[in-house]
Amino acid sequence: MSKNNHIDAKGYWAATIRLTLSLLAIWFVVSYGAGILFRDFLDQFAIGGAPLGFWFAQQGSIYVFVGLIFYYCWAMARLERKFGVEG
Amino acid sequence: MDWTLFFVITTFALYIGIAIWARAGSTDDFYVAGHDVHPTVNGMATAADWMSAASFLSMAGLIAFLGYGGSVYLMGWTGGYVLLAVLLAPFLREFGKFTVPDFVGDRYYSDVARIIAVICALFVSFTYIAGQMKGVGVAFSGFLGVDFNVGIGIGMVIVFFYAVLGGMKGVTYTQVAQYCVLIFAYTVPAIFMSIIITGNPVPQLGFISNAAGEDISMLSKLNGVVTDLGFQEYTQTNKSMFDVFAITGALMFGTAGLPHVIIRFFTVPSAKAARYSAGWALIFIAALYTTAPAVGAFARINFIDTVNEATYIQDGEDYEARAAEIEAAGGKPVPTWYKTWEKTGLLEYEDKNGDGVMQYRGPNAPDGVENEVNPNRDIFVLANPQIAQLPAWVIGLVVAGGLAAALSTAAGLLMVISSAVSHDICRRTLFKDMDDKTELRVARGAAAGAVVAAGLLGIFSAQLGFVAQVVAFAFGLASASLFPVIFLGIFWKRMNKEGAIVAMVFGLISTFAYIVYFKFGGGTPDQYLFGVSPEGIGFVFMWVSGGLGIATALATSAPPQDIQDLVEDIRVPGTRQPHGVADEGMAPSPAVPAE
Repeated sequence: MSKNNHIDAKGYWAATIRLTLSLLAIWFVVSYGAGILFRDFLDQFAIGGAPLGFWFAQQGSIYVFVGLIFYYCWAMARLERKFGVEG
Repeated sequence: MDWTLFFVITTFALYIGIAIWARAGSTDDFYVAGHDVHPTVNGMATAADWMSAASFLSMAGLIAFLGYGGSVYLMGWTGGYVLLAVLLAPFLREFGKFTVPDFVGDRYYSDVARIIAVICALFVSFTYIAGQMKGVGVAFSGFLGVDFNVGIGIGMVIVFFYAVLGGMKGVTYTQVAQYCVLIFAYTVPAIFMSIIITGNPVPQLGFISNAAGEDISMLSKLNGVVTDLGFQEYTQTNKSMFDVFAITGALMFGTAGLPHVIIRFFTVPSAKAARYSAGWALIFIAALYTTAPAVGAFARINFIDTVNEATYIQDGEDYEARAAEIEAAGGKPVPTWYKTWEKTGLLEYEDKNGDGVMQYRGPNAPDGVENEVNPNRDIFVLANPQIAQLPAWVIGLVVAGGLAAALSTAAGLLMVISSAVSHDICRRTLFKDMDDKTELRVARGAAAGAVVAAGLLGIFSAQLGFVAQVVAFAFGLASASLFPVIFLGIFWKRMNKEGAIVAMVFGLISTFAYIVYFKFGGGTPDQYLFGVSPEGIGFVFMWVSGGLGIATALATSAPPQDIQDLVEDIRVPGTRQPHGVADEGMAPSPAVPAE
C-alpha cells in the first residue's frame, strides 16, 4: 500500500495489533484460564446450580467469544473511521 | 415413520429447488458465490457448513459420557471463530482470491508451497467427508429402513444437484435452509426435555437450575447419581490439565485452519463483512453449542432413570403383558425405546449376574456390581425424543436435522475438494492459460467426481469402522500445517517461501506420524509426548512448526518487495493493489464497498 500515501497505515496497523492482543488476552482468560487452569479455584463459586469453572468451560466462554467478535467489529469500524480507511 | 418420510422428502425438495434457482454462471459464482453474500446469510451458511453430523448427533452424547471432559469440544469448536475473526478471515478476504492454496501459493510465490497446501486441504477434507456420508447412510438405514449403501446413494444425488449445478452459490443458499432445519430439530426436543427435568423451558437456564420439584440443583443431583453408580463425578475429568489444554488448543487452531470454513469468508464483499460474518456464524453455532451440554446432562439423567435396575424383557415375550406383570410386582420394565433401539446395535445388555435386571454401573461401583449395559454415545440425541416420550413428529424432525447437518458439511467439503483439483492443480499449476469457461466445466466435473469419491469413501469407511479415529487427523493437520503458515503470511512480512515449506511439511509429517503411531501402530498412553493424546498433538506441533518456519525464514533471504507490499495491502482494507509475482497468475478481486 506504500502508494496510498494519505493513510497512516503504520498507525492503523499498530492500533489493530493492540486491539487484537487485548481481545486475545480475554479469549485466553475465559477459556483456557477460567475453564481449565483456574477451574478448581472457580468451582468454589456457583452460578445458579453450576460450579463456576465448569460453567465457564461449557457455557460462559462461548457467550464471551460471541461478545468479543462483535466488539472487534465495532472497534475496527471506529479505527477505520479514525484513520480514514475504507473498510 | 410417516412423519420421518414427510420431513425428509419436504426438506430434500427444498434443497433441490434452491439448487435450481441458484445456478452458477462463472468461476466467480462457482468458487466464491460471486463475492456478494450478505454477512448474516454467510454466517448462517458457515454455521451449517461447520456443524456436521458429529456436532448434531455425537457431541451431546460425548458430553453426556465425558461430563466436564466434553468441554474441550465446546470451547475448542467455538473459540476457533475468535481466531478466525481477528487473525485470518478479514485479511484473507482482502487478499481476494478463491482458495486456501491460492493464498499459500501466491503469498509464498511458489507452486511447491501451493501443492503442499493442496495436499493438506485434500487430506483434511477427505477424512472429514467420509464421516458425513456415513452419517447420511446411518440416518437412512436406521429410520427409513433403506439399505445403508442406498442411503448414501440418495445423499450423493442430492449433494450432486446443488454442488455441481450451483457450486458455492448453490451450496451457500442450501446451507442457509439446512441451518434452519437443523437448529429447529435440535432445540425442540431440548426444550421439551428441559421442561420435564428442570421445569425451565430454556435449556441453557435449565442447565443451571434445580431439578424439577426438588431442592437440589440438576447438576449436583447428576453428580450424586453417577458417583453412586461408580462413575466419575459429572463435573470432573480424569484427563491431565495439560492434555485438556492441548486438545482444546488443537481444536481451536484447527477450526481456524480448516479450508472449508475459511473459504466461506471469501464469499462476502469486504474485510468488514468478513468480520461481521464470523460474529454471526458464532451466534448461530452457539445456539446449538450452548444447548448441547444441557442436552447431554439431561440425557444422562434420563438414561439412568429409565434403564438402570429395569427388568429386561426378552424379544420373544409379549412386551405389554410382561411389562404389566413387572409393574404389578413393584419393578420397572425395560422401556420401549430401549427395545426399539436395541435392534440397531447402539445398545447392548449382557445379564452377567443372571438376575434379569439391567445394572448400569461405572468402573468403581461402590456396591461392587458389574456393569451390564453398554450404550453407544450417538444414541442420546437419536433416542432422546423417545426417551422423553415426545410426539412422533419430533422424531421425524430430528432425522431431517441430522441429514441437514451431514449434507451441508459434505457440500462445503466438496467445494474444497473440487476447487483444489480444478483451480489449484489445473488452472493455477498445470494449465496456467486455461480460460474461465473451461475452468468452470472442469470445476463441475471435479465436483461430480468428488461426490462419487466421497460416497465410496463413506461406504468403505463404514466397513472399516475407523472414521471416529481419523477425525483427529483433520484438526491436528489443520492446526499444525495450515494455521501457522497462513497466520505468519499475514502478520510477519519477512516470512518467506522456504520457511513456509518447512513449516507445512514438518506439521504434516509429525502430526500424521504421531496420530498413526498411537491410533494404529500400537503406541500406549505412557509413551505420549508431554502426556498429550493424539487429539491434542496438533497444538504442540503447531508451535514447533511455526518456530521452525521462522528460523528457516531468518536463515534464508527475505521475500521479494512485491510480496512485502502485498502483505501491507491486505492489512489495510481498501488498499489492495495487484503486485507482480504474487498476482500475475490471477488478479485479485477488489472489495465491494458495502454501504
